[in-house]
Amino acid sequence: MQFKSHARTLAIALSLALVAGCSSTGGSRDGSMDGTGTGGAAGSGAAGSGQVSGSGVSGDRAGQQADGRIPEVRTIYFDYDRDNIRPEFESVLVAHSRYLRSNPSARVVLQGHTDERGTREYNLALGERRAKSVQRFLEVQGVSPSQLEIVSYGEERPAARGSSDDSHAQNRRVVFAY
Amino acid sequence: MKALMTIWLSAMLLMFSTLAQADLTIEITRGSDRATPIAIVPFAADGESLSEDVAQIVSDDLERSGFFDPLEREAMYDRPSSGDEVRYGQWSALDVRYMVVGRVSREGNGYRIRYELLDVSGQSRMLGENVTAGGSEMRGAAHYISDQIFEAVTGIRGAFSTRIAYVTAQGAENDRQFTLYVADADGHNSQQILNSREPILSPAWSPDGRKLAYVSFESGRPAIYVQEVASGQRAQLTNFEGLNGAPAWSPDGRRLAMTLSKDGQPDIYVMDVASRNLERITNSSSIDTEPSWAPDGRSLLFTSDRSGGPQLYRYSFGSGEAERLTFTGNYNARGRFSPDGESIFMIHRGNNGFQVARQDLDSDRLVVLSDSRLDESPSVAPNGTMVIFATQQGNSGVLGAVSADGRASYRLPSAQGDVREPAWSPFLN
Repeated sequence: MQFKSHARTLAIALSLALVAGCSSTGGSRDGSMDGTGTGGAAGSGAAGSGQVSGSGVSGDRAGQQADGRIPEVRTIYFDYDRDNIRPEFESVLVAHSRYLRSNPSARVVLQGHTDERGTREYNLALGERRAKSVQRFLEVQGVSPSQLEIVSYGEERPAARGSSDDSHAQNRRVVFAY
Repeated sequence: MKALMTIWLSAMLLMFSTLAQADLTIEITRGSDRATPIAIVPFAADGESLSEDVAQIVSDDLERSGFFDPLEREAMYDRPSSGDEVRYGQWSALDVRYMVVGRVSREGNGYRIRYELLDVSGQSRMLGENVTAGGSEMRGAAHYISDQIFEAVTGIRGAFSTRIAYVTAQGAENDRQFTLYVADADGHNSQQILNSREPILSPAWSPDGRKLAYVSFESGRPAIYVQEVASGQRAQLTNFEGLNGAPAWSPDGRRLAMTLSKDGQPDIYVMDVASRNLERITNSSSIDTEPSWAPDGRSLLFTSDRSGGPQLYRYSFGSGEAERLTFTGNYNARGRFSPDGESIFMIHRGNNGFQVARQDLDSDRLVVLSDSRLDESPSVAPNGTMVIFATQQGNSGVLGAVSADGRASYRLPSAQGDVREPAWSPFLN
């Protein structure tokens, strides 16, 4: 029994390392596509992390919740033009993984979103990429693929209106819809 | 009491009509410095007051095109209604190259409109025609007259009798209402096609102008639907896992190119509409989306980030190969061919944000056309002279249009919420 839970912890640690490796490759690929974006990305990224660090903290809290309850933090945020999981959100994903593994009948729709910049259909594809990045993370954590579904809304369902860096940062997100 | 009731009733009616319609208005933002001066004299009306000012509609059409600079009515010394009454010296002194004169008279339940196009310097008549119109068809008749005048002077077929499809989004973010509309090219006569609480996007006209393909999230995930504009009859065409997006009709109307991610990454597929057989066109680990057919149907333009950022590629059905077309800047997406196939229009990211640009395929030179910053969804008029697109004004989505040479532009604001996703119809007559 003890050994089993130990093995699981080890598996999670391993899978985290694996995902970190995967996503950083994805990240650098995204980064290289974005020459002029870097200026804007630095600005909006900063705004984003400021706004988001609060939920990151509550994400840690969510990670300590009992497995029977859906974790409170159900949105994670992304950098401009990127689909890699930011380190501060890994605890949120771990909490959701734990919940989904303990509740095999639970299902979640991973809703991928982008900010308003760029073309709508291309943004639908980017939103899907973000949701898939979360899906990969959860699956590596042992969540059954049958519990996960992906819907990308691209820029069609912004969380915040307006064209400020802060609005953009709030809109680049994946939402867990149980 | 009775007076109060009437006021209340008319308020109701007003509310109802604003809910049912989402007409757009036109604001010219830039006139072309090469526009030809023309005088469109108010048409005589045989003593009656008419519901529509035909000459004004023609004047607005021609001015919007950027090809014409209509003379203001206040500058007109007199108002001849036929070529015989025109004193040419007076008009050539006003530096007018062409003139339009006309007369509207009752005929049965409708009207007969007699108009003439005159060449002022040659003092000759270029066109003279009688147009009959039902009582509610005056605007359509005026657009027809604009088409004839435009073609007689420029040699290019007029596109004033065409329509546009667009999507409006109204209400707070958690209570959004999305509506697909079709309206005349000048924003009048809007007609609701589909209303939903879930997003609608990417409307695309069939080449015969009778149907629209579009993406609707009404089932909770994106799916492609095809709907007849006149009857409202519709069918769901796709329901694959993942993206079902960016429908684009082949020039013969038998096939739809689309984006599906059912096999992993978003790729381009072509569906035979009758049999629903699918052919996979691209197969890459990148995003491939936003297909658009060349006018000859032999190739597809599409967006791909296979080289890093989004760029435009051309897939040839003959060779089965895709060739990269855009190299200026690091974001070029949502390409559309000009009707002659010699240029492509796209959204290009430069120093001023996301803008409408044109690239001529023989020189590969890219020219930015719009002067806004968050442009999307360019759609080309069937005669290739204008591009309509979505942009932002303040915090609202509005439609804008710019001439293919970038010299003239206008906006089509709406009183109701955000307007986006314009699609210019093919020729309908």
